Amino acid sequence: MSLTRRTLIAAAATSSALTLPASVKAQAVPTLKIGCLTDMSGPYKDIAGPGALAAVHQALEEYGISAKGMKVEVLSADHLNKPDVGVTVARQWFDRDGVDMLVEVANSGVAIAVAGVAREKNKVYINTGAATSDLTSKDCNANTIHWVYDTYMLSRSTGAALVKAGGDTWFFITADYAFGKALQRDTTAFVESAGGKVLGSIAYPFPGTSDFSSYLIQAQASGAKVLGMSNAGADTINTIKQAAEFGITKKMRLAGLLLFLTDIHSLGLEIAQGIVLTDSFYWDMNDRARAFSNRFSPKMNGVRPTMVHAGVYSSVLHYLKAASAMGVDKAKLDGAATIAQMKKMPTDDDCFGAGSIRADGRKLHPAYLWEVKKPSESKGPWDYYKPLATTPADQAFRPIEKGACPLVKS
Amino acid sequence: MMMIFGIPAPLLFGQLLLGLINGAFYAMLSLGLAIIFGMLNIINFAHGALFMMGAFVSWMLLNYLDIGYFPALFLAPLIVGTFGVILEKTIISRLYKLDHLYGLLLTFGMALVIEGLFRNAYGSSGMPYRIPNVLQGATDLGFMYMPNYRGWVVLLAAIVCFTTWALIEKTSLGATLRAATENAPLVQAFGVNVPRLITLTYGAGVALAAFAGVLAAPIYSVNPNMGTNFINTVFAVVVIGGMGSILGSILTGFGLGVIEGLTKVFYPQASATVVFVVMVIILLTRPRGLFGKAA
Repeated sequence: MSLTRRTLIAAAATSSALTLPASVKAQAVPTLKIGCLTDMSGPYKDIAGPGALAAVHQALEEYGISAKGMKVEVLSADHLNKPDVGVTVARQWFDRDGVDMLVEVANSGVAIAVAGVAREKNKVYINTGAATSDLTSKDCNANTIHWVYDTYMLSRSTGAALVKAGGDTWFFITADYAFGKALQRDTTAFVESAGGKVLGSIAYPFPGTSDFSSYLIQAQASGAKVLGMSNAGADTINTIKQAAEFGITKKMRLAGLLLFLTDIHSLGLEIAQGIVLTDSFYWDMNDRARAFSNRFSPKMNGVRPTMVHAGVYSSVLHYLKAASAMGVDKAKLDGAATIAQMKKMPTDDDCFGAGSIRADGRKLHPAYLWEVKKPSESKGPWDYYKPLATTPADQAFRPIEKGACPLVKS
Repeated sequence: MMMIFGIPAPLLFGQLLLGLINGAFYAMLSLGLAIIFGMLNIINFAHGALFMMGAFVSWMLLNYLDIGYFPALFLAPLIVGTFGVILEKTIISRLYKLDHLYGLLLTFGMALVIEGLFRNAYGSSGMPYRIPNVLQGATDLGFMYMPNYRGWVVLLAAIVCFTTWALIEKTSLGATLRAATENAPLVQAFGVNVPRLITLTYGAGVALAAFAGVLAAPIYSVNPNMGTNFINTVFAVVVIGGMGSILGSILTGFGLGVIEGLTKVFYPQASATVVFVVMVIILLTRPRGLFGKAA
């Protein structure tokens, strides 16, 4: 903690030294600049993309920046899922355009690279779309917060909770690369510690696989009760579609280890029914979430927000609160101090309710296990989930001492 | 239970059948590529994007015009084929005099543009498309549970492949077409409109891709990138079969589907690579491909 305290004191000292010139030209209100860097054209366009940008603007409107006398400018860019593009944009924004806070970045590879730039330039970076839990362990830093979910949360909620609900034998179909293997490894640990057993797994070539029928037949032959899908995006959608086709959904329970509301929308309930998945936000989960979604959807042609959209809204709102609490000019000056301020203040918004941010940059809130409704249970468009289990905020994420984040050690 | 190479026999038969089904897609796609290469000398990298368009057009027909799967089997190839004709007339035809490489670059660029436009308009998660009611359900074959729709795909693919082959190799239209690729000025001297013939050939190759797209829509995610997964394998199929060989691409398509299916049982990690390993071996031993004619 001494590190954050020291930066706080340093920030306080520098800003008090600047009080005089700032008050001399008091008529100039400093402008906060927020950059929304996301996937605008690739595989994560629907879970983040234009909806993330809309969520930034919604947070600004609802915080009432003009009524509070604040000036905020928003920039946006497409990282094309390439770390080099993401880093170039982030550098330009911080160096040339004077961006103070960068939000989103769906794609773990790009996110880790951008977090490094934010630390180097002492700016604020809030990740909402990337999954890797490394952002709060070996890649954690004092300028980054990981807001919505991570691989640990997903595998814990889906793995442990499903075993308790009777799914005690598992078979994994895994994308053969770091992300897929990490998901399988983490979920296996939770399944086994909850008393379940893993009967087998198949790693398939990624990318380039679109037919999963062969793997599905092998999964079925194993006799396992749960099929864990350690993949994402179109691969998961193809797995589910073909599982339904081969009648496997009737015999095995499909567990999506990374599935979003928009994926279920794309599949349709007839095929997706019965799938179990974890999301930290669902638009219909309570009155406040519904109220948020009803304000969001008209801007996005009726599309309901994903947990990433909710995270962008929630994190920008909290950033604005922290910036006005400490003073906008101080917030502009020192990213680490702003992050420290955000960690100090409890969070509260329509999407995630009350929550907090841990010293390692992990935003805490409950994780929810959902089951996709049958078509007969759904009352209208986007009415897709029913709740199965809740993991409370203090258990949903990796314990802080196990993350080995350098911020925590001292 | 009977075992073959340590694998239960029913599982192995099941995999062989699944391989055949995937082979059906490879065969249809590589057939279109082979026709286009054989007749136009264009390496059509836009084939995957046109396959994707086939799936998307059938989705659009269903959602905007309420036209179901069976009419879409005819309409989608017709619409996408017409689009192909326009592409050929306005853009591709300008490149015939140049090296193959230019055609490859142009069609690759077109693929990126088409996929980008669809991603912009429809997002990246894909669209749902139901299996038609008549083809719902599955049949128990004893060794595996076979979805009726997959059986339909193999049947239809086999019919379409055979018809196309017969059309090119056994009819007078096919003979004219083949003659035109050998010696266009001479065929033109006989009063045949060769440029129009070539345009229609491109349209037909594209229609085949779109047809495969319609067949794929209920099985695979209908999304703008769906063609890119197939296109690399399909190019390998064409090379193994022998560039421009119609029969070669059909047989190789089905054959490689089976080889790939077996790899998925014995060593799944290699299933995407095995096709290229075969390609390397064939190129080393028979550089013209299995069915390619000697120069």
